[in-house]
Amino acid sequence: MPDLLEVKAIDAFYGDFQALFGVSLRVEAGQIIAVIGANGAGKSTLLKTIAGLMRPHQGEILFEGMPVTGTPAFDVVNRGIALVPEGRRLFASLTVEENLLIGGQSHRPGPWTVARIYDLFPMLAERRHLPAPALSGGQQQMAAIGRALMANPQLLLCDEISLGLAPIVVRDIYAQLPQIVAEGLSLIVVEQDIAQALRAASHVYCLQEGRVALNGPARELTREMISAAYFGV
Amino acid sequence: MPGIQPGMTKKRPGYSSMQWFNIVLQGVLIGGLYAMFAAGLSLIFGVMRLVNIAHGDLIVLAAYVSLMVTQAMGVDPLTSLLLVVPVMAVIGYTLQRGLLNRTLGDDLLPPLLVTFGLSIIIQNGLLELFTADSRRLQAGAIEVQAFELLQGVWIGVLPLLQFAIAVAVIAGLQILFYRTALGRAFRATSDDPSVAQLMGLDTRHVFAMAMALSLAVIAIAGVFLAVRTNFDPAIGPARLIFGFEAVIIGGLGSMWGTLAGGIILGVSQAIGAQIDPGWQLLAGHIVFLAILAVRPQGLFPKVSG
Repeated sequence: MPDLLEVKAIDAFYGDFQALFGVSLRVEAGQIIAVIGANGAGKSTLLKTIAGLMRPHQGEILFEGMPVTGTPAFDVVNRGIALVPEGRRLFASLTVEENLLIGGQSHRPGPWTVARIYDLFPMLAERRHLPAPALSGGQQQMAAIGRALMANPQLLLCDEISLGLAPIVVRDIYAQLPQIVAEGLSLIVVEQDIAQALRAASHVYCLQEGRVALNGPARELTREMISAAYFGV
Repeated sequence: MPGIQPGMTKKRPGYSSMQWFNIVLQGVLIGGLYAMFAAGLSLIFGVMRLVNIAHGDLIVLAAYVSLMVTQAMGVDPLTSLLLVVPVMAVIGYTLQRGLLNRTLGDDLLPPLLVTFGLSIIIQNGLLELFTADSRRLQAGAIEVQAFELLQGVWIGVLPLLQFAIAVAVIAGLQILFYRTALGRAFRATSDDPSVAQLMGLDTRHVFAMAMALSLAVIAIAGVFLAVRTNFDPAIGPARLIFGFEAVIIGGLGSMWGTLAGGIILGVSQAIGAQIDPGWQLLAGHIVFLAILAVRPQGLFPKVSG
């Protein structure tokens, strides 16, 4: 069975600054992959490149065996890759429900509807008509995940969903991930919280200064191996 | 305008309250037209932060398109809207996809310069095609029809129709913005274009739809302008100023505020014209400047920042 996503040796730049050096990554159907690394290691860049917000200078990205390299973001989501952006970035002038509805703009068929999102995160249902900025950080993160799920993706990219949230809220959100994966989609989770990432994921990639410093099944990686890859010592 | 005829001939008349009511009423009605000038401008700025300097010239272009349609097909100007509105919308979509999308970015200056250039091109193109002669669209009997609202207060059917359509246009835009998927896409793209793309929205298309809508409103405004008054290729920039003033008075981002802005501008001009005919435009500008000085965010601002 072919991989759901195959990233082959991509290089990415911000102007003259190279953020990714020959990064490769594979996701099989139904897998949760964690990408960890320090600030500026290139984790978000990797997700943005997969989602089509950035075009890689080198390398290739295959999704369900088809190239999506350089495909614009609005097309990538129609193919079935959705991104929960870092910092949530809900639409401030839209209500919670409108944020969810616009997530479903691509009209891909699948299990996720507004009602299903409210089942997953009941707190959102009570606040459906509030403007998005009126939510707490954790609720905003739930809305951002819900908005991405509304595209009924096969692959969901989550960029630092624990950022700036209380540990208990993070645990609540992570507790919902198995339910999400049960719908048959795969996840790439970018995390600074290594313990959280190791618990959730089956396979871990560690980025360091734009390169894959370590990768392997989550249960085979030791704390020493990870700190060596994380800090480059 | 039979109601204000005495004021034109007699200097410094002592107006009765009924006459003042009439003056204000006529100002309100013309304010609807200004609101239509402003609505498209406000829409474009709201969705893509583009200040369309060619807006006034596009209004004049719409008037000429209507002139051609009425002459070629022998229909009256209001009927010509059935063709002028879609034609202008297509021009808007094409203009945005082909030209203006390329100017959008973090910098506000390129779209400003390009639409300024467009303004000059449209003016000179119209001059070349239609000469500098003043034109007028003839709407027939409806132009002179009026009814007596109160004793001594006459309302023209055409100004009333124009105002009613302006209110309908504003209400329609409001519903479109807050009740439809397209409006949701406009607001989302305005908030954050790059995240909007992650939702499957092609922002180039969303922007082009906004420009198409803006030019559809322009088409209506242009035809009513051309029925009301003489036009020639050079009158666009002054319409742009009226549009700007109405938007700023009302407050950016608020459609009903834009209508209020147009009405305030219209009433100011009507009152100014009664004091002295030369003060008509000046009075509008003074009220605009006064509001800008006292309440720079406008009377009914929607967005903060």
